[in-house]
Amino acid sequence: MKRYTIDPITRLEGHGKIEIFCNDDGDVDNVYFQVPELRGFEKFCEGRGVEELSQIVTKICGVCPGCHHMASGKAADAVFGVEPPPTAKKLRELFYMAHYVHSHIAHFYALAAPDFVVGPTAPKAERNVLGVIGKVGKEIGTEVIKQRRIAQEIQALLGGHQTHVVMNTPGGVRKGLTEEERKDIEEKAKGFVEFAKFSLKIFNDVVLENKTYVDIILNGPYKLDLYSMGLVDENNKVNFYDGKVRVVDQDGKEHCKYAPDEYRDFVAERVEPWSYLKFPYLKKVGWKGFVDGKDSGVYHATPLSRLNASDGMATPLAQEHYEQMYATLGGKPVHHTLAMHWARLVELLYSAEHCLELAQDPEITGDDLQAKLDKTPTEGVGIVEAQRGTLTHHYWTDEKGIVTKANIIVGTTNNNAAICMSLKKAAQGIIKKGVTVDDGILNMVEMAFRAYDPCFSCATHSLPGDMRMIVNFRDKNGEIVRSIRRD
Amino acid sequence: MANEEKPKIKLAVYWGAACGGCCVSVLDVHESLFTVVEHADLVFWPIALDFKYADVEAMPDGHIDVTLFNGAVRNSENEHMAKLLRQKTKVLVAYGSCAHMGGIPGLANFTTKEEIFNRAYVTSESTVNPDKVFPRPEYEVPEGKLEIPVFYNDVRSLGQVVNVDYYLPGCPPQTERLVEVFMAIVTGAELPPPGSVVGALEKTQCDECKRKKSDNKKIKQFYRPWQIEDDGETCFLEQGVICMGPATRGGCGVRCIEGNAPCRGCYGPPVNAPDPGSKMMSAIATMIDSDDPGEIQKIVGTIDDPAGIFYRFSLPGSILRRKMT
Repeated sequence: MKRYTIDPITRLEGHGKIEIFCNDDGDVDNVYFQVPELRGFEKFCEGRGVEELSQIVTKICGVCPGCHHMASGKAADAVFGVEPPPTAKKLRELFYMAHYVHSHIAHFYALAAPDFVVGPTAPKAERNVLGVIGKVGKEIGTEVIKQRRIAQEIQALLGGHQTHVVMNTPGGVRKGLTEEERKDIEEKAKGFVEFAKFSLKIFNDVVLENKTYVDIILNGPYKLDLYSMGLVDENNKVNFYDGKVRVVDQDGKEHCKYAPDEYRDFVAERVEPWSYLKFPYLKKVGWKGFVDGKDSGVYHATPLSRLNASDGMATPLAQEHYEQMYATLGGKPVHHTLAMHWARLVELLYSAEHCLELAQDPEITGDDLQAKLDKTPTEGVGIVEAQRGTLTHHYWTDEKGIVTKANIIVGTTNNNAAICMSLKKAAQGIIKKGVTVDDGILNMVEMAFRAYDPCFSCATHSLPGDMRMIVNFRDKNGEIVRSIRRD
Repeated sequence: MANEEKPKIKLAVYWGAACGGCCVSVLDVHESLFTVVEHADLVFWPIALDFKYADVEAMPDGHIDVTLFNGAVRNSENEHMAKLLRQKTKVLVAYGSCAHMGGIPGLANFTTKEEIFNRAYVTSESTVNPDKVFPRPEYEVPEGKLEIPVFYNDVRSLGQVVNVDYYLPGCPPQTERLVEVFMAIVTGAELPPPGSVVGALEKTQCDECKRKKSDNKKIKQFYRPWQIEDDGETCFLEQGVICMGPATRGGCGVRCIEGNAPCRGCYGPPVNAPDPGSKMMSAIATMIDSDDPGEIQKIVGTIDDPAGIFYRFSLPGSILRRKMT
């Protein structure tokens, strides 16, 4: 038996390891995706004041801290039994749209673009963001960095701190927006809309106009028939900040739709002894192992699943592109993993348009920022849609608002089983008897993983360097029989 | 323009138990990134580049000029990498609150490994685990043996595991401070003695804070932030809200306070006051409006979760280190 070990997998937010086992014929038997870390937030949040958690849980992820800040803020609202005033809610959402713009820009240009703009089997030295800039021109590259910077600046303005934001307080926000600041954000949001349209055009010109790429998306080993999860508003349109969680099945039929405080009726988590990360699944369907199909409770929570789970986008231009995507890919729902990249750009356009709507909303500069906290704190759930999946925070407190218990299901965790299965499927489709495993082949396996995780990107998008990897082929005793270097 | 006379320094960035925010702070140099890569070759940075552990192991000792190690030491992999990078690096920098004093992951020292595992894998309300399966460092699957790192009972700061040359505090460090320190290194400026804190001010947060302070500090009761109507202008402590300003170094630009949130001490304790809790207690003592020891104790008793606030970012590196079990 041959064994490939990739340790650590790189260009991701956090630590990870992949073990690929091949049989004696060289075909892939099984693949394990292992997460080697745990920090124990749920335990050490106990004993803290509930209002402190929105600043503690941002430290779960420094790449998507805004998502944890929002889910935690909403959970604290629920603990106190209050809704923030309209201005406060809109300010949170305005911040959140900027957070999405920054993250989705970074992901597309850093991760997706090298594989498509430069090419999945292009020389590794070119298959990075500099290669992308080489193809599309330095002017565009500078624009990418600029737009991401502007999105970060809006977050710093509204959130107090540019990374570990301090905006939320139970029932409201700590700081309002002046008319001058509003005008500034309005102009910047107009720039986002143009940039998002431009990004979709690049996707169209580079990917969709290229038959080979369309073939990889539609016919490559990157398809899983999974349930799709996403947050929707009262019209079943995609919403990132608020609403109900909707899950549709493999045919697009609604499996369930639940309010935040009902999550435990619909989602359960499984523990495997070989990974520190749990494996959520749909409770009513049940855990049937790492398999897809209607009988298996494995689901995904990604840009694509969000579009699948919705009836459309709440803004006009994003809706046009939503319709175009489904028309091109053969109707709803879509189960091609690589279509996540396209869905992410549709979401980028929605975030930009909604950012502009909020910046033009007369209520955004209001001064009623805080609901009155006059109820005894008890228990509450907050759910938002993080870039990497539905994010659930659930807190219990004593009568003073000191946390007695916390339960958190994080965006990427939703996709843990799906990522394992995508890697196995890609490896089985690509690594076969008679196939020489070279750099391009390895990259085709990695593409299955990349589609899920926008946080890989925050770092990769502007740094030069080799995309280097070593894969060891081991025999049963763990002895290296062959080593491939990609450098 | 590349500096042709002076060779580029070899730079590595690595994370232990961390959130990725420190790596983002490096990326937030934005357009200045091009200046950084003029002066430095990045030789290892898992979030951004595909160099593997084997590449680091193959390097001669002292090969890397500067390593920015962020994150705490939580498991056996973190410890192994801390020791390996120490061996391969000339100047090892503990970058950010977690490497500096243990940071937010260090709050786990209020509990134990057993309690953490039990909560995460058994009692969590969404977890279904009747057989009480726990992740194990080694596990036999049908295809072979799988391994994951050993989860330790205690979180440690980097300096508690290896010798550290410099500490660059903050959660995350402000990018401007990083650039200053980086430029000092590449231009060959004289560096402070090893073991120093760099990229932070000698002054405290209070010296930088724009909020109004009087000498009239008369606290009769402490409040949680949501229990008062903050006027946005008066010193938090004067409003009875715990703010770690007096026990925290400056250097961050008081951004949380400017965002109307009290300081929680991520930049670490000031010079000559190595323990933030003791420093905070003495700061508070001068502000309480009473001379009666019984009443003082009663007023101090109105602070909720003092240890969790005073040692928010520093429990492993503090005199407490952990909750006794």
